[in-house]
Amino acid sequence: MANIRAIVLRAAGINCDLETEHALEVAGAAADRVHINRIIETPLMLDEYQIMVFPGGFSYGDDVAAGRILANQIVHHLSDVLRKFIDDGKLALGICNGFQVLVKMGILPDVAGDGKLDSSSVSIVDNDCGQFQDRWVYLQPGTDRCVFITPGKRIYLPMAHGEGKVVMKDTDTLEKIKDNGHVAFRYVDADGNTGGFPVNPNGSTDHIAGLVDSTGRVMGLMPHPERFIQRTQHPRWTRHDETLEADGVSIFKNAVGYLQG
Amino acid sequence: MNQWRFEVFSKDGFVDVFGAEAAEDIKELGIDSVGEVHFSKVFLIEADIDEAFASRIANELLCDSVSQECFPGRKESRASESVIIEVHLKSGVTDPVAESVVTAIKDMGKDVDVVRTARKYELVGHVTDEQCELITRRALANDCIEDVIYGSDAEPPSAHTSPYELKINKIEITTLDDDGLAALSGKMDMFLDVIEMRCIQEYYRSIGCEPTDIELEMIAQTWSEHCVHKTLKSSVDFDFDGEKIHFDNLLKETVFKATQDLDKDWCISVFVDDAGIVEFDDDMAVCFKVETHNHPSALDPYGGAATGIGGVIRDPMGTGLGAKPIANTDIFCFGEPDMKLEDVPKGVLHPRRVMKGVVAGVRDYGNRMGIPTINGALYFDERYMANPLVFCGNIGVLDRKKCFSKPEVGNLIMVVGGRTGRDGIHGATFSSGAMTHEHEDIFSHAVQIGNPIVEKKMLDTLLQARERGLYEAIGDCGAGGLSSQVGELTEKFGAEVELKDIPLKYDGLNYTEIWISEAQERMVVAVRPEKLDEISELFASEDVEATVIGTITNDKKLKLSYDGELVGELDMQFLHHGLPKYSRQAKWTTPKLSEPTIAEKSSYDDDLMKILSQFNVASKEWVIRQYDHEVQGGSVIKPLTGVDNDGPGDASVIRPKFDSDRGVAVACGMNPVYGDLDPYWMALSGIDEAVRNIVCVGGRPDRIAILDNFCWGDCKKPETLGALVRTSQACYDGAMGFQTPFISGKDSLNNEFINEDGTAVSIPHTLLISAMSIVDDVNKCVTMDVKAAGNLLFVVGKTKNELGGSHYYKIAGELGANVPKVDIAVAAETAKRLHQAITAGLAASCHDCSEGGLAVALAEMAFAGGLGIEADLRGLPVSGDCVRVDTQLFSESNSRYVVEVEPGNYDAFAKLMLDMPFGQIGEVVLGKKLIVKDGAGNSVIDSDTAVLKSVWQEPLSL
Repeated sequence: MANIRAIVLRAAGINCDLETEHALEVAGAAADRVHINRIIETPLMLDEYQIMVFPGGFSYGDDVAAGRILANQIVHHLSDVLRKFIDDGKLALGICNGFQVLVKMGILPDVAGDGKLDSSSVSIVDNDCGQFQDRWVYLQPGTDRCVFITPGKRIYLPMAHGEGKVVMKDTDTLEKIKDNGHVAFRYVDADGNTGGFPVNPNGSTDHIAGLVDSTGRVMGLMPHPERFIQRTQHPRWTRHDETLEADGVSIFKNAVGYLQG
Repeated sequence: MNQWRFEVFSKDGFVDVFGAEAAEDIKELGIDSVGEVHFSKVFLIEADIDEAFASRIANELLCDSVSQECFPGRKESRASESVIIEVHLKSGVTDPVAESVVTAIKDMGKDVDVVRTARKYELVGHVTDEQCELITRRALANDCIEDVIYGSDAEPPSAHTSPYELKINKIEITTLDDDGLAALSGKMDMFLDVIEMRCIQEYYRSIGCEPTDIELEMIAQTWSEHCVHKTLKSSVDFDFDGEKIHFDNLLKETVFKATQDLDKDWCISVFVDDAGIVEFDDDMAVCFKVETHNHPSALDPYGGAATGIGGVIRDPMGTGLGAKPIANTDIFCFGEPDMKLEDVPKGVLHPRRVMKGVVAGVRDYGNRMGIPTINGALYFDERYMANPLVFCGNIGVLDRKKCFSKPEVGNLIMVVGGRTGRDGIHGATFSSGAMTHEHEDIFSHAVQIGNPIVEKKMLDTLLQARERGLYEAIGDCGAGGLSSQVGELTEKFGAEVELKDIPLKYDGLNYTEIWISEAQERMVVAVRPEKLDEISELFASEDVEATVIGTITNDKKLKLSYDGELVGELDMQFLHHGLPKYSRQAKWTTPKLSEPTIAEKSSYDDDLMKILSQFNVASKEWVIRQYDHEVQGGSVIKPLTGVDNDGPGDASVIRPKFDSDRGVAVACGMNPVYGDLDPYWMALSGIDEAVRNIVCVGGRPDRIAILDNFCWGDCKKPETLGALVRTSQACYDGAMGFQTPFISGKDSLNNEFINEDGTAVSIPHTLLISAMSIVDDVNKCVTMDVKAAGNLLFVVGKTKNELGGSHYYKIAGELGANVPKVDIAVAAETAKRLHQAITAGLAASCHDCSEGGLAVALAEMAFAGGLGIEADLRGLPVSGDCVRVDTQLFSESNSRYVVEVEPGNYDAFAKLMLDMPFGQIGEVVLGKKLIVKDGAGNSVIDSDTAVLKSVWQEPLSL
């Protein structure tokens, strides 16, 4: 079996890099945490990796807007190597702040399907409730063409963010996103039904919790799969027996499994 | 040079979150004439760029083209009637967003000179000048740190400061009389009394010169109550109801002594470092520190609380050779949030605004640092209105081999992290005095502004430097800034410092300001010269500033230069040990209190609902959800628990290592109202509560380490100090009895507010006990929500006639007399037995009885578990004088637990509890009813748990 290597991006204010590295290792990948300055110095290092993860946190304090400053930095220093990384058939995953970065760079959701950066169609803005929220949410897959997702499998993950509302510039964009299978996950309740707050914790358009690009190999989502890889991280594990599954692992295992073929 | 101004605001159809929030805050002020509020972010950029590039900055960086619009210049109002209020930061106040914009524009290929940001509010509707002033002051701006300009034409304050030219300032002290000394102390805001000033005078007479300003400032800071805790360390003559007791050193003979007498081998470093350190496992140690940031939070709730948490995080970071922070705690005391606006005195912010600001400050700093906030409490009392209390704690982990710093002569002194600015000047001395209605104006410079990302970058880099062994010692710049930290780090040796080398945020600081600034996010490391290149390279590689500012010497002197010229020199011995020793008078007269007469009733449903909706009992979910309590991936027991993830957990548990099931349990205990009856029992109740909370989730009672935080009024008053002495005595007795050593502590005195008419309002005597323990196997942890119908419910611990200070009396407007006491031996044994039961897997759920007593505990367990409870008071273990139904339901007696046991485990559980006070009081049932029957079989409580839950959730859902 091929040894899958994952690179976990570090930058000022990113703060979920350690647990993301651990989740990748649990899923069978070898993971390194690397500061963005090192990648800018030696972009060729990305050749060594098959998965790139943009972890959660508050890159550059989320100043101006969540993920904006880091997205700007990547656009101006790394957009070509990142494009090549994706075109080479490799995988990229953005979690929470990392999702915000991928959207604000314009890699996601890639509505035009041409792989060109487009940050003018979709954005992620302040939660409708006006506050940071830490709570657990059920997620229903919205597509079966994303390599990170087990089709049809509803999962339960924690979210923790203040700016997670996915918005589109117009209804036409929303229709394309729906029709072309760009919705990775939607917020639902335990039975799979959509609803208002807190089922949809941020007021996201069409209950969207995550997006996938046109290749199916680049995904971003607001909730944190790396925070549920152990039974005891479930908020009600004391009410369950030992068979309780940690849903977050599946995202990372699916990625590793896809690359191993 | 060109100047550009951009206004960024939400497009039509997208929610204007900040505008809506401002509109709500204005409504809360009772002003109905304002309809909508339109919010814009304002960016002011000075740079040598052309229009095309400026518009790229606006469109690519500042504005979200999907949801926002950007207007170049000043956008005029479209409304027929409106007011424009623009809020700018005062010159010199940290503006993290502006700093990030500078970095981002650099990524786009251009350098800019200055970026500033502001907030613009357009209030649509008719607003009088008077209302406008009120809105600005009470809702939109904080004049401690912000300037406000009205309308569209006014110019914002200039961002430019002029450079500083050296002028050494000598101050005559040797010739002054007592009045002159007092006047000097007052003029320089030294907060030192005449005895201390005389001591300084004598020192300068003996060395035959006059001090420079920097020397006096440094002495004042080092000798401040905040830094040296002179009250707690003074000798005290205590009159306790006529009995005379003498202490040579109050702290050493009470709190410290308990730790010494207990002499636990798992304590690694106690009371000496920035945080107390205990063993975690064979390789790792864990440390804990809790600080207060009360005075700054009173002036600027958001900034004060943010820098409170930011500051306490640096304590573990500066402990030993540096710990990695893994959890935050926060406990707040406020005035009641529904207080009428007109009842709030001049110079004081409304409790609701204080609360919102404090919570937001802790949220924004803690979340950005990537540290989970796992434990906390909120406590309301009108006496906290002018003196809110903000306790922030941090827990860190470090290698057991790296628990001690070892600075050496010849080491280079480096300052790392943030730059030094004029923020926080006189914070240490300011927080040692009482608040007055004028503080808001005079001490605005004492407010510090945080930038968490600077601290996070510094942390990331310091941990790597620690792993590579690149420094010999580390300490954080907290109260007293570089002055205090360099002084402490080099106390045993001596140091030379060049003040001009310290990186500044902006020009114009004089040498004294540089030295005593309390600017945030700075730490000091001592580095061997041969490692300088490697450590400098490491810091540069992650964009963190690290600058050599001096050297550790061996002449026991601190020499400060500016541009090569000596501006101050102090003898280390005098600085750190020259403070005169105090003797103080303390007195405690047991108050003559009586129990009220309250008629017995046949139903207590209404009382239970009233108690559940008290702010002190009500759900704190509004606060908890705003904190990330799961980052770092170690969460085991969360602050909210139960079938709907919203029940009130007793303590939190985290797992610091990915590859180990060993955990850390964290809890707290506090009940200031008991202090109105007897501070001794208040303190023991606090310790008992903290222990109970730890035990409830599965923490080991034999590994509990506790921390004390005293927040008190003016201890020059013998009665106030007397209450503190009683509390200290209880701390000793409690720590010994429970075998729980104190490992760290802090005090904040003079929490009094002087009204315009000169009257003083003191906070209640407030002791916070924070507790931390070990969980051997997190898989055995227990939560408080009932699990299954058919399970049996037991109460362990005796219910006594102890309604004094209870919520039952409070809703009747009474205080009472019978304060809950603690039978420490029984309490410690109860904790031990329960822990055995939990470890053996015999407890399906466990919850302690605290505020609101048994009835509240049962209600919480039922609605958290989504099931019903049927209880019968005949099974309740009670003392002989606890006969009335209301006493049994609502007494707040300590050392009691409600435990849920599966029928199959009955025998094993009963056997474990055999000689303890315990009894079966009922069982878990299907449905959603809480039914409690009295001895005669009548239902004294018969409530729908959904109703109980909603009255409990409603008060603080803001």
